[in-house]
Amino acid sequence: MSLINQNPSHMEIPYAVKPRPDTGLYNAKVGIWLFLASEVMLFGALFCSYILMRVNAPEGTWPHHWLNIWMGMTNTIVLIFSSVTVVLSWASLKMGQFKRYKFYQSITILCALAFLGIKSFEYHDKFIHYQVNLKDGRIFDGHLQSAASTTNQFVFKGRFIDKPEELYNPPLEHAEEPPITIAKSDIKIDPTTKQPMMENYGPWHNTYLAIYFTMTGLHALHVIAGCIVIFAIWGPLAKVWEQDPERYVNRVEVSGLFWHFVDLVWIFLFPVLYLL
Amino acid sequence: MQPTLHADTHAQASHHEEPGFWQKYIFSTDHKVIGIQYGITGLMFLFLGLCLMSVMRWQMANPGTGVPLVGPLLYHLLGESAVSKTGVISPDLYNAFGAMHGTIMVFLAIVPLAFGAFGNFVTPLQIGAPDMTFPRVNMVSYQFYFMGGILMLASFFIPGGAAKSGWTSYSPLATIADMNLRPNGQTFWIIGMVCLINSSLLGAVNFITTIIQLRAKGLSWMRLPFFCWAQFVTAFLLLLAFPPLEAAAVLQLMDNLLRTSFFLPTGLVVSGKLLHISGGGSPLLWQHLFWFLAHPEVYVLILPGMGIVTEVIANNTRKPIWGYRSMVYSILAIGFLSFIVWAHHMYLTGMGVRIATFFQTTTMVISIPSVVILTALFISLWGGSIRINTPMLFALGFLPMFGIGGLTGLPLGFNASDIHLHDTYYVIAHFHYIVAPGTIFALFAGIYYWYPKATGRMLSEYWGKVHFALSFVFMNLVFMPMFIQGMAGMSRRMYDGGATYASNGDVVGLSPYIIGLNTSVSHAVWALGLAQIPFIINFFWSLNWGKKVTSDNPWEATTLEWQTPTPPPHGNFDKEIEVVRGPYEYSVPGKSRDFTPQNEPDQPEPIPHGNPVRS
Amino acid sequence: MSEPSSSTRTLHVDEHTIEEMRHHMRRYLIVGVALAVGTGLTVWASLINFGSYEINIVVALIIASAKGFLVAGFFMHLISEKKMIYAVLSCTAFFFTGLFFLTLWSMAHENIIQIHLR
Ligand code: HEM
Ligand SMILES: [Cu+2]
Repeated sequence: MSLINQNPSHMEIPYAVKPRPDTGLYNAKVGIWLFLASEVMLFGALFCSYILMRVNAPEGTWPHHWLNIWMGMTNTIVLIFSSVTVVLSWASLKMGQFKRYKFYQSITILCALAFLGIKSFEYHDKFIHYQVNLKDGRIFDGHLQSAASTTNQFVFKGRFIDKPEELYNPPLEHAEEPPITIAKSDIKIDPTTKQPMMENYGPWHNTYLAIYFTMTGLHALHVIAGCIVIFAIWGPLAKVWEQDPERYVNRVEVSGLFWHFVDLVWIFLFPVLYLL
Repeated sequence: MQPTLHADTHAQASHHEEPGFWQKYIFSTDHKVIGIQYGITGLMFLFLGLCLMSVMRWQMANPGTGVPLVGPLLYHLLGESAVSKTGVISPDLYNAFGAMHGTIMVFLAIVPLAFGAFGNFVTPLQIGAPDMTFPRVNMVSYQFYFMGGILMLASFFIPGGAAKSGWTSYSPLATIADMNLRPNGQTFWIIGMVCLINSSLLGAVNFITTIIQLRAKGLSWMRLPFFCWAQFVTAFLLLLAFPPLEAAAVLQLMDNLLRTSFFLPTGLVVSGKLLHISGGGSPLLWQHLFWFLAHPEVYVLILPGMGIVTEVIANNTRKPIWGYRSMVYSILAIGFLSFIVWAHHMYLTGMGVRIATFFQTTTMVISIPSVVILTALFISLWGGSIRINTPMLFALGFLPMFGIGGLTGLPLGFNASDIHLHDTYYVIAHFHYIVAPGTIFALFAGIYYWYPKATGRMLSEYWGKVHFALSFVFMNLVFMPMFIQGMAGMSRRMYDGGATYASNGDVVGLSPYIIGLNTSVSHAVWALGLAQIPFIINFFWSLNWGKKVTSDNPWEATTLEWQTPTPPPHGNFDKEIEVVRGPYEYSVPGKSRDFTPQNEPDQPEPIPHGNPVRS
Repeated sequence: MSEPSSSTRTLHVDEHTIEEMRHHMRRYLIVGVALAVGTGLTVWASLINFGSYEINIVVALIIASAKGFLVAGFFMHLISEKKMIYAVLSCTAFFFTGLFFLTLWSMAHENIIQIHLR
């Protein structure tokens, strides 16, 4: 868990706490920046893939506004807010105010949980969102109301699509939609799979959703990892503050750097996936 | 158990509670133990890789006949769908063995040996550090590697067998293989690779931090042994080139398990049927992300080898390395340039002429620093009073072998000649000259050289020389004919060794001579396998019965790893280390001995005039 | 088992540190507000029509980069880091640029694919 050795032995690793004079850095600081450099390459490659998917897509088929901007924006603000509390907690600790550190960092953890909550809500929303091709040639697009549906007919809230382009550019605001019932027998059968053509907006639906789920999923894993590390330092490892406060401050700083990086990635993900 | 040299340290250490077996050998955080763990595991995978290839070579040389001895065994292990009752291996199993041979050799054998084993064991000693900066991360790194290895091995036994789309795992091939079975061998391959990548990333962070932060007092950058420079650059390559492959692996995993289409184009037809996928992906994207790693990866395979060879040559020529500084600048240049040459593996994918020219140019430019290093090593031999011992023999063997491998790379780097040579046995011969008689010889040199430090006993010189002579001959008998086969147009990855494309009546194809080379190559491969027996026996026998070292510095070397007790205890040094000179001060005029350790203080009297050694 | 006996370690806090941290905290709050404003700005900018969609993309990326600069520069203290870290990050930036543009260049050439931004 911790990056710093606590090996019960007679040997001590130099510069684990105090900076090395010629580099001006303590070990974990060098380590975390190297790690972040590799993370830059990881997410960089994914952004690169995103651009390729996008320029590869035939004219007019790259979706816009498939995600809820307001949720994305809320999540952006939540992460920014948590980044502020991280730096405030670090600064409090530097001044020796352990209680204030604990307070700020608990807000950070709550923010992380809020972020994950909102994100799972958005995921769920995509998984119950279906595109249905009907035998009469029409396309229906909407959210499945599973409580009201049976095996032979499905109840959706959504709309019929007149032109396929509309699928990729849904209106930003739409009025409350009445429930619509579609019988299974009205759904067109896919000639290759022999299954009804009713598919939800999972990663398999198109490359936009594929890259959306991959990038936000990987980002969410980072949020979870960061949250666990910050929590571990906050709770189970808090006794280090008494034994070796300088080391403790370093740990908070290093975990903070990771957290800001996670925030930084989201700052790019938000416009790229939600707005453009 | 230990030589009696440092009775005092042991007495001092013994009042600490002795850690138990698990703590000491399995969950150790000591860089030397971890290095040895990497070493043993890596050597076993190296041997496994050789075994897989030995079976494949039978199949190529004798298409359609059962493999003696091993065939029936495989039949019992893997079942009738993979191997017939008479021991004939199926095309699918051939492909799986080939893919796993490449994967195992590159990611589970050479990198762990060159970087994980030697890097871990030697680097902290050479820079005068008590351990790595993050010993526990180091342990986790090994565990990730181990997990990756287990996953790869396990994949042989799952339905459908191991991944069978080459070590390059090109999509769509890799994604449509065993499509009806999910998870399949490819899924295991991807997850295994993710483990291996994480292992390397953690290792790289640790190595770089260690070299930056834990150098002993006075050990400035230009006093760093070349081996450490090699490890330093290697770690950067791993750190920055592996993440894009990790991204690609995640994307391919999505394609594999969640039916996305990152690497699958629209309208993909498999066995006459349109696939039910969303399409819109790009097969070339996989190749770019893969080669963005895999070109730097080839330098990960070779640079530590160059580092080992440099140490051994300096020690056994008893003179300073010629052009140490230019070697350092060259290795930095290689590291830098190796990130912008990757698409020379993709000339045939229909890139534009201008971008192809760009990659051709950078490829030619990167060969310059490689040549500088090789030349410096050759010149270092000039005028030395060379000690011919086993490590030195392997190091001397490395030089021409690496030279052949490197020079034959040039025709591959020009896109005009690559059109003919791409994907033929010529490519196989080229990169094997670099990794097999190149890196593997360097690794052997390293094993013979540092074994006394790790165990306190020498390996047998006699059997070491036998091992070298046989390996040298058979390596060349294995790989030299492949150049000829490749230039004659024989493609790689063929189940029947090219028989389908043999000349037949009026149809001109591969001549019987070219096909016939398969047989002699195969014989050489098996002989090469047998030639490793002296090494294996020597390795284990010498642990208990080898000649004991009589000093901590049996090779009379200058670098710091020889200033520790033998074997080095946890924490390494029993004295304060302060470095006062460069790494290779051999035969300094006016000194009583022909080597001056890096931490040996200067004599009070002024150094005689005309000292040729730079510091 | 426990830390070596020299472990009565304490954190050194003096007037100067406190002054500096107070200053820092004020700065963090200002940066935080700026980031929130930037977020609003991106959303707003994405909803107006600049005449060409390319402009929307460029504007969004400029705002995102500015926000990224604020996070990296102030929260991660990159505006006043040590040389070693700058060296590592500039290598990373260089290789990242290589990956990005060389890949796109290889694939966008000679009509292998046509570029559509919409
Ligand atoms: C010295 C300069 C070198 C040059 C100019 C060079 C050039 C090339 C080129 C152009 C290819 C692609 C050939 C093709 O697929 O048609 C290739 C393949 C390969 N090279 Fe090198 N190379 C060099 C050094 C190395 C080194 C140091 C290694 C280290 C092990 C290496 C290992 C490989 C491997 C593994 C492949 C096979 C790739 C595959 O499976 O397709 N090369 N080389
Ligand atoms: Cu290459």
